[in-house]
Amino acid sequence: MHIDPLEKKWLYVVGFMTIVMVGSMTFAAITMNLHPPSNVETIDPKTLHLSGEFTEDNLGVTQNADGSYMVRMIAARYSFYPQMIEVPVDTDVTFRLTSPDIVHGVHVPFTNMSTMVIPGYVSEVKTRFVREGEAQFLCNEYCGLGHDYMWSKLKVVPKG
Amino acid sequence: MHDRSKSVALANLWVAFAAMFVAILLGLYQVMNRSGLFPEIESHELYFASVSTHGVLMGFVLTTFFIMGFGYYTATATLKRPLWNKGLAWIAFFVSLGGTVMAAIPLLTGKASVLYTFYPPLQAHPVFYIGATLLVVGSWIWCLEMIMSVVTWKRDNPGKVVPLAMFGTTANAIMWLWTSAGVGIEMIFQLIPWSLGLMDTVDPGLARTLFSWTLHAIVYFWLFPAYIAMYTILPKVAGGRLFSDEMGRIAFIMLLVISVPIGFHHLYMDPQQAAGFKFLHMLGTFAVAVPTLLTGFTVLASLEGAGRLRGGKGLFGWIAALDWKEPMVVAGMLALFMLIAGGWGGMINASYQMNSLVHNTQWVTGHFHLIFGGTTVIMYLAVAYHLWPKLTGRRLAMRGLAVIQLWLWAIGMLILTLPWHVLGLLGQPRRISSTPYDSPLVEQWDPHELAMIVGGAVLVFSTLLFVLNLLLSHLSKRVDSVSDDDWAVAVHPPLSLPKPLNGYALWNGIVAVWMVVAYGYPVLQFLILETHGSLPWGY
Ligand code: HEM
Ligand SMILES: [Cu+2]
Ligand SMILES: [Cu+2]
Repeated sequence: MHIDPLEKKWLYVVGFMTIVMVGSMTFAAITMNLHPPSNVETIDPKTLHLSGEFTEDNLGVTQNADGSYMVRMIAARYSFYPQMIEVPVDTDVTFRLTSPDIVHGVHVPFTNMSTMVIPGYVSEVKTRFVREGEAQFLCNEYCGLGHDYMWSKLKVVPKG
Repeated sequence: MHDRSKSVALANLWVAFAAMFVAILLGLYQVMNRSGLFPEIESHELYFASVSTHGVLMGFVLTTFFIMGFGYYTATATLKRPLWNKGLAWIAFFVSLGGTVMAAIPLLTGKASVLYTFYPPLQAHPVFYIGATLLVVGSWIWCLEMIMSVVTWKRDNPGKVVPLAMFGTTANAIMWLWTSAGVGIEMIFQLIPWSLGLMDTVDPGLARTLFSWTLHAIVYFWLFPAYIAMYTILPKVAGGRLFSDEMGRIAFIMLLVISVPIGFHHLYMDPQQAAGFKFLHMLGTFAVAVPTLLTGFTVLASLEGAGRLRGGKGLFGWIAALDWKEPMVVAGMLALFMLIAGGWGGMINASYQMNSLVHNTQWVTGHFHLIFGGTTVIMYLAVAYHLWPKLTGRRLAMRGLAVIQLWLWAIGMLILTLPWHVLGLLGQPRRISSTPYDSPLVEQWDPHELAMIVGGAVLVFSTLLFVLNLLLSHLSKRVDSVSDDDWAVAVHPPLSLPKPLNGYALWNGIVAVWMVVAYGYPVLQFLILETHGSLPWGY
């Protein structure tokens, strides 16, 4: 087995870069509790409109006792319901979404509000919006021929 | 090289490039449709049938057939004997071709507009799933052919070093067997019975988990032949030597071991898997960058050696001294350039936190067109130019044009993919056929949409030149006899090697253990959780 000295140096560089990158992600995960949405929670997509958390009157924005917000939404062909969401800026918001039909994805451009919405599972995303103004929820997984039209509005309003 | 193996290699390569030719035309149609500049051609039905076909042809057909053809050549030319079982190679060819034709029928008639990832509960016609599965079954026969060719050669040549090109090809065959098992299980136990109506519902969470098992390492299945050409053909053609044979082996082994158990970076945004497993797969994902970084170093060092032998001086003088008239050299340098750019984007995709900013945006389409359409395919094109005289016995019709064609390929790919990266950062979702969103958002996108049409047109032109060159060479009467024995020699060719660097028994054991850790519980959890299946949906 023959390893050139130059090769050895390069291996050190590669090892160092990898450790810096993995280290910074691990640091963010531990100290800021930044993880991708991963709550592993199941729900029956065939009956979710009949009872429980995702019936029509339960959808939308509610404020929690600690001042943070909870938003429940349904992603269904071809929109997000309710179609208009209003939340305050610089406030913790938890989104809970699920789908009665097929796989969708949701992303609010320029933010980390992003998750897949898989029928049979509840997606939960925690975020805070730092910019006031109009924004959009865009579906980002192909969900049928109307996929392009699947979007809805988000308004980030001043606090209080 | 034995004649019968030549014709089966050629047959596979022609199917690959025919698929690419059709798919590239669809690509141009797609960018035109989605730009919104040609309202008369806009159609959602046609668009999604087209993207589904384009994705399947590029991702599954071009790649699988190219890899099989190149593998047959490599096996016979490096081991210097016929294939283990030539008849079986033709069976593999016809099984895969039959599967491709079967899948093409529902795709082209709009009965399988489910994209090349076919995530349920969108449901395609059963013939699509069966055809796609047969394509993979054909590739499994190829894997057997490659593995048995090496096994029998080693038996007859005890203690000898397996030539590096064949060592890499075998790594790819073994890796592909591990990789394709995920989608195989999904097809056989979920999608096929469900599409035939034997099952009412399917669990999309399980299906996506199984698909992720295949989805990452499949890209290394595609990339492997490009790396093999960079290590074992490029240094010699450039007029130099391979910097290190052992580093090549280590890179191939790492790709085999690390590529498969890391598929959850495609599921970062999925709710059905827990953060701990996503974190574990993230660690492996960053580890798999190591063999690519080693490859970049070894190949560039080999090229630098070649440039200096040709009289290049100074820090960068060797670059100018390279043989820029040789297609393989031009392709190799351009491929590495695109690999560095695309690899940097890949680090962002792979990031445990930053992924949420780019996931499923047009950034992702830009990323994989750059590495796959760019780095990988440009090496396929250069390998085709290199092999054509050997396989057909005819001289390449237009050598100068081949060099121009490769430059156009890289330029077109950059014009296509850089704007896509920007569009992704500007929030554009992927997999859309038009942009009916709020105008302040869409207005920022327009200039980039125009650029992608230009890039697509350059790529179509480049493909025309490529196919024309191959066709004219194949039909020409200018006989050429070139040796098959022009593989790169290492600076220090290994005379004997420790067993783990000359075979895969140990490494297969490690993959098995790692796969149990990475995928064991995440798959079993679907039996433990109270899950609810989904009914099928059309599109
Ligand atoms: C003329 C050149 C090309 C053009 C204009 C083009 C265009 C496109 C477009 C517009 C999409 C849809 C992307 C999306 O909405 O997510 C797409 C998808 C795809 N392209 Fe290309 N492409 C080209 C070349 C290639 C090449 C060379 C490859 C690889 C060999 C490739 C592989 C793919 C794959 C696998 C998909 C499927 C993506 C999906 O389903 O999300 N393309 N292409
Ligand atoms: Cu959608
Ligand atoms: Cu991947």
